[in-house]
Amino acid sequence: MNAPVLPGPLADNPRLDRWVSFPAPGKVTVGTGRVELGQGVLTAMTQIAADELDVAMGRITIRSGDTEFTPNEGYTAGSQSIQFGGVAMRQACADVRGLFIDRAAKVLGCNAGELSIRDGTILRNGAPTGQDYWTLAGTVDLATKATGGGKRKAVADFNSIGRSSARLDLPAKIFGKPAFIHDMVLDGMVHARVVRQPNRGATIETIDEQAIKRAAKAPVELVRNGNFLAIVGDDETAVDLAGAAATDHVTWQHVETPTSLQAEASWLIQRPAVDRILGAPETADPQGRARFETTYTRGHLAHASISPSCGLALYRDGHLTVWTHCQGVFPLRAALVRTLGLDASAITVHHVQGAGCYGHNGADDAAADAAIIAMKMPGKPIRARWRREEEFLYEPKSPAMVVKVRALLDEAGKPSDWTAEIWSGTHNYRPGAGGNLLGAQALPNPPPEPPPGDVPEANGGGATRNAEPLYDIAEKRIIHHLVTETPVRTSALRGLGAMPNVFAIECAIDELAERVGQDPVQYRLSITADQRARAVIEKVAAMAGWKAGEPGGAGRGRGIAFARYKNRAAYAAVVVELDVEEMIRLRHVWCASDAGLAVNPDGVINQLEGGIIQSASWVLKEQVRFDNGVSSFDWETYPVLKFSEVPEIDIELINTKDEAPLGVGEATAGPTAAAIGNAVSHALGARIRDLPLTRERIMATLLKE
Amino acid sequence: MTQKFEFTVNGRPVSVSLDNEEAPLLNVLRNDLGLMGTRFGCGLDQCGCCMVLIDGAPEKSCTKPAWSVSGKTVTTIEGLGTPERPHPLQQAFIDEQAGQCGYCLAGILISAKALLERNPSPTRPEIALALDGNICRCGAHNRIMRAVEKAAAQIRAGVRSGTSR
Repeated sequence: MNAPVLPGPLADNPRLDRWVSFPAPGKVTVGTGRVELGQGVLTAMTQIAADELDVAMGRITIRSGDTEFTPNEGYTAGSQSIQFGGVAMRQACADVRGLFIDRAAKVLGCNAGELSIRDGTILRNGAPTGQDYWTLAGTVDLATKATGGGKRKAVADFNSIGRSSARLDLPAKIFGKPAFIHDMVLDGMVHARVVRQPNRGATIETIDEQAIKRAAKAPVELVRNGNFLAIVGDDETAVDLAGAAATDHVTWQHVETPTSLQAEASWLIQRPAVDRILGAPETADPQGRARFETTYTRGHLAHASISPSCGLALYRDGHLTVWTHCQGVFPLRAALVRTLGLDASAITVHHVQGAGCYGHNGADDAAADAAIIAMKMPGKPIRARWRREEEFLYEPKSPAMVVKVRALLDEAGKPSDWTAEIWSGTHNYRPGAGGNLLGAQALPNPPPEPPPGDVPEANGGGATRNAEPLYDIAEKRIIHHLVTETPVRTSALRGLGAMPNVFAIECAIDELAERVGQDPVQYRLSITADQRARAVIEKVAAMAGWKAGEPGGAGRGRGIAFARYKNRAAYAAVVVELDVEEMIRLRHVWCASDAGLAVNPDGVINQLEGGIIQSASWVLKEQVRFDNGVSSFDWETYPVLKFSEVPEIDIELINTKDEAPLGVGEATAGPTAAAIGNAVSHALGARIRDLPLTRERIMATLLKE
Repeated sequence: MTQKFEFTVNGRPVSVSLDNEEAPLLNVLRNDLGLMGTRFGCGLDQCGCCMVLIDGAPEKSCTKPAWSVSGKTVTTIEGLGTPERPHPLQQAFIDEQAGQCGYCLAGILISAKALLERNPSPTRPEIALALDGNICRCGAHNRIMRAVEKAAAQIRAGVRSGTSR
């Protein structure tokens, strides 16, 4: 008989005591490599553990993202926490439960089949046995490898999974308790602000130390290592004042300044790039099919987390301890090893919650800042918090993208050959992919830049993510130009290339439907055999009261779009209704999603809804501007969607009792962007193919009509 | 030079000695008084994470000189209610699961409290307008506005108002 195949994260971290332990009577500690980024992941993990262990949620303490204690699950990213990490948690807990049942059977001298567990208590044929997890814990060795032999619950037997559960972390935030890394206070802690190196290779020319200290209005000191410069002091106000003033009192050489030209996606074409083709190359078309070609673009985006990044570090007795809100404590530790020359065994990294990050923002870098300073100040706990402007200026940006769609059409006007040609900087400069921590670049002998690369296709691709339409098209290919020279550091933002790619595909599909005079919903269904895809498209059309052939061009429009995230996570179809005058006003958004097993349905809906609003913000408002350097540096120069601009949203989940959960965090961003694009086209009777859909672009389009 | 002044926070009189005359109220609340519920978001008077009530009026505390509240009454999120005696707004936020990362919530709850005190029956557009000075980046806006509507209804129906003063 073949051994069961362990879920990936469990195969990578087979020791069961990393996942589950019973530290005290009545208590369960569960460990996960996934971290809370504001998405409710830890609540869902607790639900999973409660069901598979048969204990009440209240008994469970969850430990997450900790190099000392938890499994190493790489990054909490890509909407994979529940789809993969949750499944691993289920199996780990099922294995643990199985070991205890077996042990109890031995102790009680009965068949395992007679035993069950209720809230941690072992029952024999439903009656108490005097045994529970805690009486047996001393005799069950969990420092053993998972086998996958524990039987996971059937969907019908779930108690907690599948029921909306209140988020465990929200009360602290609603009652104003310390909840974030920003709220941590260590004994003797000092505050730090970094005077940022403008770019790799820039060198400090002069420092007016006296002017900086004067600006502080209280004692501060300067800590320097090569071109890494920080201001440190007991008084946070003083380091803030000095940090803000320092930009005027430190001069730099070899500064590179992005230009406004480089802010536009079109700048990417003709830049040095690593080129590749996924699929068979394009060939001449002997059939002479009708040809469709059009180009869509999107500018650089910021993560724009509401809290500036923050890191804490303490170097004492040869050991470095780091507290961070980054997405991967193990990859960060590896990057700190590269940066600081310490052994991995000399570094501990603990995750502490920050605000929502939506991808690779400044979190890793702020942790590195604290660590670099801590190495210079042994024994002193360092709290390095970025300034708001620093976050906007120096966080890695989501790269601008150009997506050119070429399709050959059959006699019915349906695509039979599809090419997506993409130009983009990398979506993966994470420390775990060899990317350098910002502070490391300023140190003497900075580590070399990694070779150009993007997220591999096996992990969903970076710029190529969702570039392949899910529709039934005989020939599909992707031509990927990984632009190696970008004006700013670029990396992962929610969905990576999926948003620009789905925008391009789904706008193009509408353009093709229009070309043959078909309704966009009917046209999509006519080229989709995937039953789950059809189901969400039909569902959302019904929810929105979609009427085929509704006339447009009068300033009010409706648009639909669909995608399955990464073509393997959740399905989502979105309908948007909006008004366009000089500006776009979103009226209503409907969404139908098939995310398979919904562990916490309300949490799933919250994620889908957040994705819709964030995508709407990207599409209507957001682009990082360059004007003699990055000129989006605060909430006025990088505005996001406000309360008064948010539409009504209705979301329905289907197929929630499926066995497999599908990742949802990034599922709605692409379809929302495209549905807005399609609705604007419907409203104006003319299409805008460049994002964001600014007032200037709308006015230019109106004037052309 | 050390500067001393007194004010009332969440009903408790406090005396503060400032080592840095430029200290914003936010830093005094967080670092001197240990009231960590009020968050730093921008330091630029833009995002609303640091909203508090000063003599009942919602104000951003990140740029407000601390000394300027001398003799005044300040209410922070910690003064709204407790898990045992939640303010109706706090209860409604939990009921509606109104939040994702939650970093913006303290400021939003304070803005909402100020709104409900001047307008017990706000319409959805009035709620939106009152919260436009607060940024939520996760997209929990609709849940938040539903929670404010719910709390308004609760307060109108006479539900007692936490530990609020």
